[in-house]
Order: sequence, then C-alpha cells, then structure tokens
Amino acid sequence: MAVELPVYMDHNATTPIDPRVLEAMLPFLTSAFGNAASRSHSFGWEAEAAVAEAREKVAELIGAEPKDLVMTSGATESNNLAIKGVAEMYRDRGNHIITGLTEHKSVIDPCKWLARQGCEVTWLSPDTYGRVSAEQVDEAITDKTILISLMAANNEIGTLHPVGAIGKVAKARGVFFHCDATQAVGKVPVDVNAMGIDLLSLSAHKLYGPKGSGVLYARRRDPRVRLACQIHGGGHERGMRSGTPNVPGIVGLGAAAEICRAEMPDEAKRVAALRDRLQAGIMEQLDFVTLNGHPTERLDNTANLAFEYVEGEALMMKMETVAVSSGSACTSASLEPSTVLQAIGVSPELASSSLRFSLGRATTAEEVDYVVSCIVKAVNALRDMSPLYELAMERAEK
Amino acid sequence: MEYSAKVMDHFENPRNVGSLNADSDRVGTGTVGSLMCGDVMKLQIEVDDDGTIVDAKFKTFGCGSAIASSSLATERIIGRTVEQAEALKNTELAEELELPPVKVHCSVLAEEAIKAAVKDWRAKHGLDDGQAPVKHVCPAEGICEHCPRTEAEG
Repeated sequence: MAVELPVYMDHNATTPIDPRVLEAMLPFLTSAFGNAASRSHSFGWEAEAAVAEAREKVAELIGAEPKDLVMTSGATESNNLAIKGVAEMYRDRGNHIITGLTEHKSVIDPCKWLARQGCEVTWLSPDTYGRVSAEQVDEAITDKTILISLMAANNEIGTLHPVGAIGKVAKARGVFFHCDATQAVGKVPVDVNAMGIDLLSLSAHKLYGPKGSGVLYARRRDPRVRLACQIHGGGHERGMRSGTPNVPGIVGLGAAAEICRAEMPDEAKRVAALRDRLQAGIMEQLDFVTLNGHPTERLDNTANLAFEYVEGEALMMKMETVAVSSGSACTSASLEPSTVLQAIGVSPELASSSLRFSLGRATTAEEVDYVVSCIVKAVNALRDMSPLYELAMERAEK
Repeated sequence: MEYSAKVMDHFENPRNVGSLNADSDRVGTGTVGSLMCGDVMKLQIEVDDDGTIVDAKFKTFGCGSAIASSSLATERIIGRTVEQAEALKNTELAEELELPPVKVHCSVLAEEAIKAAVKDWRAKHGLDDGQAPVKHVCPAEGICEHCPRTEAEG
C-alpha cells in the first residue's frame, strides 16, 4: 500500500475529524440550525435534544453525570473557568493554588495572572520523567489552599500523572482537584469518581472531533464545586457559561466521545504497538537518541525523542513529508526551548534536538516504516553538517 | 513558517559543507553561537599569501535559516579579501534569503562567524585586527539570544 504524503504524526496538536463525527454534525450545519435555547418552537427543541444527547455521551466517557458538564469552546476556556472560577468564588477560604511546571500554557498563564492579582501559587517540580507525586502535593497543601490543578497526561512527552493518588490526597485534605485531561480523554480511561477529580477539562479536537468545542466537568456532589462565572450574558449552562450553544460542535464532541469509548481498548493496543515500532526502528538505526519522558507511564501514542547533535527545526525541514513537532527554540516565538523539557532537566541543546511523534487512528505500519527511514536519512545528513557531532566524534577517537 | 525558495535551496543543497585543517597557518576558524537559541556555527576560511580567501567551509547546528545563512556566507566570501569578508553585513544575507524578522538573528551569527574566522587567521600571523569587540546591535528587534534577557510576562 502506498503511503499517502505528507504523513501526519502530530495528533497531540490536533486530530482530523472522524468521518462518523462529521456525518453526525452535518444536519446541524445545514437544515437543523435552530438555537438550542429557543424554547418555543421545534427548531429549538431539535437542537436542545441533540445537545442533551451529546452531553450524555461525553459524561459517559468520563464517568460523570450529564448535569455536571459545562459546554465551552475548548479546554483553554475550561481551564480558565476552572482556575479563575474557583479562585474568585472561594477567595474567603484562601488564595493558595498548587500546580505544576509541566502544565499546559492554558493552566500556567491563568495561574500567573492570579499570582499578579495577589494569589499564592506553588509550582511543583516534576521528576526527570515529568511526574509530580501525590506526596509532593500533600506536602504543599496549607490551610489557605483552594485548588490543585494537575494534568492527567502531558502533551509534549506523554507522561501520565498518578491522578487517582492525587485525587485521594485532595479529598483527604479537603481541596478541590482540577485535572486538565485534554490529552488523556479518549486515549486512556478517565473516571472522575474513581480518580477523585472535582473539575476536568477536555477538548473535542483532540479526540477526532471539531475545533472550538470542549467541556468543563464541575462536580455537584461530594463535594459541590461552585464557580464564579467568567462569561456572562443569558445564563446558559446553569449560569456558569453564557452564550448560544455551539450545537454542531457539541454534537461533534458527543459523537467523538461515543466512538472513543467504544474503540479505546483496542485502539490503545494498536497504536502502542505502532509507537513502539517507530521508537525501536529509530533507535536500532541511530546512535545518540534518547527518550524524553517516562518509558511506560505515558500515552500509548506519544514518543518524544532527542536526536543529539542536530537541531529540531532543521530536522523537520529535512523531512518535509512528515508532520511532527519540536521542542526546539527555533520553532517558538520566544526563542526559548520547550519549558516542559527544561522542567524535567533536559539541557537546552537536547531540548532543541527533540521531536515529538504523536500517532493516531489513521496511522499505519507502512507510515511508521516510512517515517523511520525519513528520520534516519535526515539525522545522518544533518550530523554530517553538525560541528557538535564533529566535535563529539573527535573526542571519542582520542 | 514557510521558508523562501532561497533558504530552501541553501538548505537542500548547502554550499561548502565540511572542514579545513584548523592547525594550518592558512586557515582561520570561527566558532560562534549559543545553545540557548539553538544555533552553533563553525566557519573556516583558507587564505593565500595575498590575503585572499581561496576556500571556505562551514558546519552548523541550527535551524534551516541558520544553515542557509552560513552556506550563503561561505559563498559570499570565497574570492574576497579578508577585509572585504569582514565588511559583509548580516543584512545582505538576510535580504538575499528573505529571512523573516524572527530569523534575522541567524544572519547575525553568520556575520559574527566570519569575523571570528578572520580574527583567528590574523592572530596566527601576529596581525592586530585593530577592532574592538563587536558590540551587539540587535536586528531582530530585541528578541535574539545575544540581547540582554528580561523575564517575559505570562
């Protein structure tokens, strides 16, 4: 089978909309165009029913009640609502937030903003695999702590956090636990009750659904989490987030969630085998390649590899027919190498030599083999041009 | 970002990749760069008795723009005198390659690599380069590695 070029291996950045999801969405982009808040006619009732059904499907995926979900424009908005919503609502209880250095910018930036408003923020340091432990969280909690925000799975290196253990600590100490589960939902099982999660963010476009649609799960019982509304205007989502529902987006999210739930166990195994094949293929043919992140406690689809002595952006350019992303300084607007990689102790040079491969539903063995051959060729070509490789080889000879 | 055709050409077909004998009297070696912004350039020149650069080679750890800048730099200085090579401005390289603002610092590094190579050659011949250390003037609007760092606001 011929490999269709370019090959997409950047699924942690975004995923294509599954054809079945598109099919579910189309009526709501065409004839079923009603506003789900239009109470008085069938156009509205049709839309409202579709939203309700989608809500149920997403709830099932994470073990929640449909009523616990707030529909948002995506995980960035959900993270903002969770963090700012709790900080504002519970400021009489305290002003201390615990989070981590490897969190996504949409968690880090709201926390930084709150710090400028006078909140205390503790930034937990991960180990060299990118994990923050439940013990670290326990030690950091004070009587002023109102929120813990730690992700389920890291987008860059795929490392999984001990979410259940963190949830246990949070419950024992009476602190709300927000989990940015954007990269985990649909890839690994997530259950808000079993894991002791009080707030959870997710985005449709990471699970083969459309962009611009996501959810914030907010627990209503044991304990009840209240949020200060950030977007006012009409009182939608039980007053927690106003705005005309994005009906096609929500329907798409529901369909995507349903598919993930059904296919997750088999898909996880399939993609893990492909990811291992990619990693093994590369490491068999190239020296000086290291894995960033945990070798086993990570997402099944992710491999973040450092190719010593070559720079990430040049590597991506050399493999124009393969789409991946890099922790290199050259690819960021700030000219800083990946903060996640630096937080786990990777040197700036090695961070700049790192590529993230994130496989997905459409990835095939042929694609993996093609990518392996591209990488090997590109790395060898760039090492021939690299003063650092030359230096390292000279030193080795001595 | 999409690169200009010029950058792609130098990246796909780099000119003068390689090494000269750094111990030779005829060779000047300049290694410049910082790992913080991801670029390290080694540029070497071979100079004849008249002070003309007869050969140049480079090796670069860096992005496509960095590789293209150093490749173009070697092309520009072969056949020139060391004085002419020293006078090469990064802006000439940046314009030729149509570098976007965020990549202009790569051309600055290439200019500095040339100067460092010339300086090394001069030192071997007991020549005083008579130049003060190059003060950094940032063409990349204050965001390159050579600039003094300030904490970015979240």
